[in-house]
Amino acid sequence: MSAVVPLSHLLDARQVWRGEALPIVEGEQPTGWPQLDAVLPTRGWPAGALSEILLPADGIGELRLVLPTLARLTQGTRPVVLVAPPYLPCAMGWRQHGVNLQRLDIVDAQAQQVLWAAEQCLRSGSCAAVLAWPRQADDRSLRRLQVAADTGRALAFVFRDRKHLANASPASLRLELATSPRNAIWVRKCRGGNAPSQPVSFDHIQRFSSSRGEGTGTCPILPSEGGRNPAVSTMAHQRGSCLPDSGLHHPHARKKPSA
Amino acid sequence: MLWACLLLPQLALDGVLRRRADNSPLVLVDGPLNARTVVAVNASARAAGLRIGQRLTAAQALLARFEAMAYDASDAQRWQQFLAGVAYRYSSQVALLPHAIVLEVSKSQSLFGSWQMMERRLREDVGQLDFRHRLAAAPTPHGAYVLAGVRDGQTALSHEGMLRLLESVPLHKSRLPPAAVDALPRMGIRCLGPLLRMPRDGLQRRFGAELLRAMDRLTGDAPAGLDLYLPPDAVDWTVELSHEVENIAALVFPLKRMTGDLAAYLSGRDGGVQRFVLRLEHRDAPATDVTVGMLAPERSAEVLFDAARGRLEQVQLPAPVLALRLIADDLPGFVPAGRDLFDERPATALPLEQLRERLRARLGDGALYQWGTTIDPRPEHSQRISADSEGPLDPRPRPTWLLDRPIPLRGALRIIAGPERMETGWWDGGDTRRDYYIVETELGQRAWAFCPPDEQTGWMLHGWFA
Repeated sequence: MSAVVPLSHLLDARQVWRGEALPIVEGEQPTGWPQLDAVLPTRGWPAGALSEILLPADGIGELRLVLPTLARLTQGTRPVVLVAPPYLPCAMGWRQHGVNLQRLDIVDAQAQQVLWAAEQCLRSGSCAAVLAWPRQADDRSLRRLQVAADTGRALAFVFRDRKHLANASPASLRLELATSPRNAIWVRKCRGGNAPSQPVSFDHIQRFSSSRGEGTGTCPILPSEGGRNPAVSTMAHQRGSCLPDSGLHHPHARKKPSA
Repeated sequence: MLWACLLLPQLALDGVLRRRADNSPLVLVDGPLNARTVVAVNASARAAGLRIGQRLTAAQALLARFEAMAYDASDAQRWQQFLAGVAYRYSSQVALLPHAIVLEVSKSQSLFGSWQMMERRLREDVGQLDFRHRLAAAPTPHGAYVLAGVRDGQTALSHEGMLRLLESVPLHKSRLPPAAVDALPRMGIRCLGPLLRMPRDGLQRRFGAELLRAMDRLTGDAPAGLDLYLPPDAVDWTVELSHEVENIAALVFPLKRMTGDLAAYLSGRDGGVQRFVLRLEHRDAPATDVTVGMLAPERSAEVLFDAARGRLEQVQLPAPVLALRLIADDLPGFVPAGRDLFDERPATALPLEQLRERLRARLGDGALYQWGTTIDPRPEHSQRISADSEGPLDPRPRPTWLLDRPIPLRGALRIIAGPERMETGWWDGGDTRRDYYIVETELGQRAWAFCPPDEQTGWMLHGWFA
């Protein structure tokens, strides 16, 4: 019968693994959405880790979720890379959100190269964030991205269809965007804490309009629940009627066709 | 003055060996067809007992299987030129002597440090390129040349020191005219020291002015009379493969060598390369050209190799490859990328330029780009591939995703905002008359859609407010 060994000795000798996760660093990468930050254990995106964003369809605010972060990161020296985005990023729209386009690189890749390109960018350590839209991704490839993000100390975002929610994922954070009954973000998994049972409301449209109004002194779009509000139509129409002028001032402008 | 001599005792063999990945016995043979003589042997052949000077038939009797290649003097010369380009990094005065390169190093010491440090760097450079070499330094180029031939690493920093070292050099290693080297030992003169002390008029009478000139060049009493090397402005190197290669993977080893050589050559020239061509030569088919273009001039061996390999791997070989040729006509100046002293990137980070080249090499030259806005109001022309953005911020809301070309949008829609009349583009025939709306689809997506003016039917989707 061996002598009684104090527990503290074993712990000090590091012979017992305590199953404790790494300490969570809080507030390193705020998402720019205070309500979302409040429910996440890291008070923001997990730094140097993979975040997975699951969507029911394109165009429901998935970019606006990350744009405050991208706007902040593109003011730094490391670029943000988009790997195989599903559409063209609209340069003016991104500028309106405060993104510095000189720090935004777009990588076109075929379906089988998307994960390779994203991993290279993450692993390099030269990128602040990498956003990828993989057509096919399995558990193993996502784990590679997670490791690469950790190696390169970069934020990794993967945008996937909501149908993948049923499959387990090695991502540190999994968010699901929902549009009905209202716009909301479900936190499906967050490392370092329990996922909240209630969704976070995601009022991206109102916020965009109001912030735009503050920034430029005009409020061109009034979000109206009625939609066909005649007042809105009239006002916007008047603005629109002066639009043809915008081309007249630059009659010799010659542009490369976009894409 | 301090001259370094880089003696390359087996230049031709090293040149052959460095493009082979294996270590099987190999000899170089020369001479008339019926009396082939071994002129160089590699390590495994030497271990089997093959020696320089043997007849090829004798060698074949000693070892059943070995490869015999013809000695190619022009090949050796090419390698010597290449190494002169590498040495050019250390000095502007580089000259070629038989089997050797001499360079003046006294003026370079303020940049590279003392001769000991420079010697280490030179050895490292040449050793990395896999060339056997001997180094010596002396105040005269011919003195250094003789000392390097005697023993590796001899250094004479002063004139007296050089004379002391030359004192005991046997005449057959003195590189003096052969007639004198043959005759002098019979007169009891076996070393350089006594010869240098002999009365000059007697020597002139017996051996002519040639011997005295050579002795004066050796001691520095006469100018060395060397033609200085000038690096060429273009690179055109060929590696002939030892067999027909059908698989791209087998080209990776010679390619790595070539890009490494190119990097060494470029740093000798203090230049970079932005565009070069790999030409794969076939027996009957026309050569396959693989163009490697980079965003900026580069000269790092890894970047060059990465870029070349990525493009080479996408090539479909029409026929087996016999030779690999590297052609670089334009060698622009190289400006190292500026780095921030307080770089926020991790220490192990891959430089951004290298990452970009790696992505372009695998995904294609146009796969990596940036968008910039233009001042054209038409959405189709509102952005272009450019690092710069023109124009002020548009006060009207713009989507975050833009469709390449508009597509019909069906289903029930709810108008959120609009219309925004777009009536423009008359100046280049691309007239546009549309009403843009922000609409919401049944799925809750926010779309940027347009229809003909005042119609609100026939919706075309042009973007998403994602």
